[in-house]
Amino acid sequence: MPLLDRNGRYLPDDYSREPGANRRLALLADASPGIAGVEIANTTDPESLVPLFDTVSLIAIAFPAYGDGRGFSLARRLRRLGYAGTLRAVGPLIADQFAYALACGFDEIELPEASAARQPAEHWAKAAAAYSATYQRGYPRGLNILDQRRVARAGGVHD
Amino acid sequence: MYRYDEFDDTFVRERVAQFRDQVARRLSGAITEDEFKPLRLKNGLYLQLHAYMLRIAIPYGTFSSRQMRQLAHIADTYDRGYGHFTTRQNIQFNWPKLKDVPDILGLLADVEMHAIQTSGNCIRNVTADQFAGVAADEIEDPRPVAELIRQWSSAHPEFSYLPRKFKIAVTGAKHDRAAVLVHDIGLRVVKNAAGEAGYEIIVGGGLGRTPMIGKVVRDFLPKGDLLAYLEALMRVYNAEGRRDNKYKARVKILVHEIGIEDFRARVEAEFGALDRATINADPAEQARIAAYFAPPPYETLPAQEDELAAQRKARPAFAEWLDINAFPHKQPGYAAVTISLKPIGGIPGDITGEQMRAVADLAERYSFGEIRATHAQNLVLPYVRERDLLALWQALDGAGLATANAGLVTDIIACPGLDYCALATARSIPIAQAISQRFADPARQREIGELGIKISGCINACGHHHVGHIGILGLEKRGEESYQITLGGDATENAAIGEILGPGLSADEVPDAIERLVEAYLASRQPGESFIEAVRRLGPAPFKAAFLKETRDAAA
Repeated sequence: MPLLDRNGRYLPDDYSREPGANRRLALLADASPGIAGVEIANTTDPESLVPLFDTVSLIAIAFPAYGDGRGFSLARRLRRLGYAGTLRAVGPLIADQFAYALACGFDEIELPEASAARQPAEHWAKAAAAYSATYQRGYPRGLNILDQRRVARAGGVHD
Repeated sequence: MYRYDEFDDTFVRERVAQFRDQVARRLSGAITEDEFKPLRLKNGLYLQLHAYMLRIAIPYGTFSSRQMRQLAHIADTYDRGYGHFTTRQNIQFNWPKLKDVPDILGLLADVEMHAIQTSGNCIRNVTADQFAGVAADEIEDPRPVAELIRQWSSAHPEFSYLPRKFKIAVTGAKHDRAAVLVHDIGLRVVKNAAGEAGYEIIVGGGLGRTPMIGKVVRDFLPKGDLLAYLEALMRVYNAEGRRDNKYKARVKILVHEIGIEDFRARVEAEFGALDRATINADPAEQARIAAYFAPPPYETLPAQEDELAAQRKARPAFAEWLDINAFPHKQPGYAAVTISLKPIGGIPGDITGEQMRAVADLAERYSFGEIRATHAQNLVLPYVRERDLLALWQALDGAGLATANAGLVTDIIACPGLDYCALATARSIPIAQAISQRFADPARQREIGELGIKISGCINACGHHHVGHIGILGLEKRGEESYQITLGGDATENAAIGEILGPGLSADEVPDAIERLVEAYLASRQPGESFIEAVRRLGPAPFKAAFLKETRDAAA
């Protein structure tokens, strides 16, 4: 299925779900030694994946529907637990969620063909840039508003 | 009051541009109707029975004359000359055209307003005590923390696709006027043994089809830890709240199903794992926001002016209005005044563009340009000098805004119901109007005293009927409207869910039923005892008897 990188470009997928593939992406239930990536439900206990952190280079979290936001919190928890590999969101996301996905720790989005066909790359890039800054601290999303205010205060600039 | 800095201004304007782009992508087919619907809802745009409805936030109920004038301009230019104040400190316009909505949002941004997250499965407009900053029983003004939460919850990357809507209310006073026990999260400002202010956090309250009273999840949270704690709690809810059934998806159901102890343990575990310093707002940011809510430049005035006493004596109608609609102020010589949007026979919460301008002018003249919207669908002028009260009353009277009924039987809360709402199963407004007409006599209203009637036109309970002293729920039975009456609900610190009195009534029977309940109260009350106090003392039995007698009579 179409794969979108963090810059909003459609790229070929280096991973494959085919058995025996060189860089195989497998469901957690089918995980076997040597797989390169694991695909998980959004209800998976993040702690249970810690042993895999050093053996897989990709964790793909399923979004069964675009309104189901559990994957965002799961991604956050995996990052907090120290997962440093690639995080992929798999499902019918829309461009408006791109910035959120990136802020929660995702690197890429794998879309159903129909979603990708309707949403060209420029829609994703534009949507991701909708806000020049947002309020939440602690999400890797550029310098947030609270910290920008802090910088302004430290520089003696009154806002 | 809070003023946007360049970041807030840019953020809101970028939200307008984003919405314009979302509409364009919907029209081009890039996103489907199913995909677009949550996007428009998150910007307050509903599709109702007859037209789109735009719900605009009045965060924690505080707004200015300038903002009110802009709302009047929108009402006159893009709607049918009126707006409707809701039960959650929002204002709704019932007739905007989709093509005009981005322009309306632009006009709102011009006056530091928005419709962000007034609907949808996200953190909604944060509400607060309408007497914040002026109430004598206040520990601390709740608006700075409400503003901090408003900013933090806006376009939150992780909590914008929650299992269901999420409502937060804040109070800083001993007496709860913000209904914190029936919100997803209620925050109470409290002091610990060392005298430091912090928050008591209540979770899992709510109305809707499964009404529940919230439970304390944290009895004292230091102020500086608020955002980290909220992140932890929201993460637990986002990950574990039910998504298999929208009617079981609110946090109250999760808390109910796993129990408050288990819920607390999960939140505390998450909270403990966070690097709080990277999440919380620093003290300087908290102070920056709080500075905007400093008291206005009050004059030093005597507590009770002789002039006012003389004016009261000379004009009984003025004295009655003051007795009912004025609220004790912490600053001597000032009063906070409720402007009732419940004229006899009117539509609760409705206000014309002309009236909006009148209120804006009066706020400017008499209340430092500040207005409050209340969860009872009324307005408040928070800082009126006692010596200006007479002139204010006369001006309000001229605008049809001097109804002396705040908190009385005709101060009815009602959702829009089947006259507007696509979800409604029955009409609410005509029921409110009929009850209002029935109890029109001002002397009788004062004799009855404080009595909150709340009407919802469907089980979703936007009219908060569960917590009405008398609640009315409109349902549809075999093609007919049927109204279920509840008794004993309370939205304050004594929060209670009303009890159903008996079989449903037709619309025509409702005013008689209310009359019977009121008569039962008047017949058995003790001196100084309000309706709800009498219900608590006597229990439902005498009221049930009165209610059933009437329905038997009606059936005979």
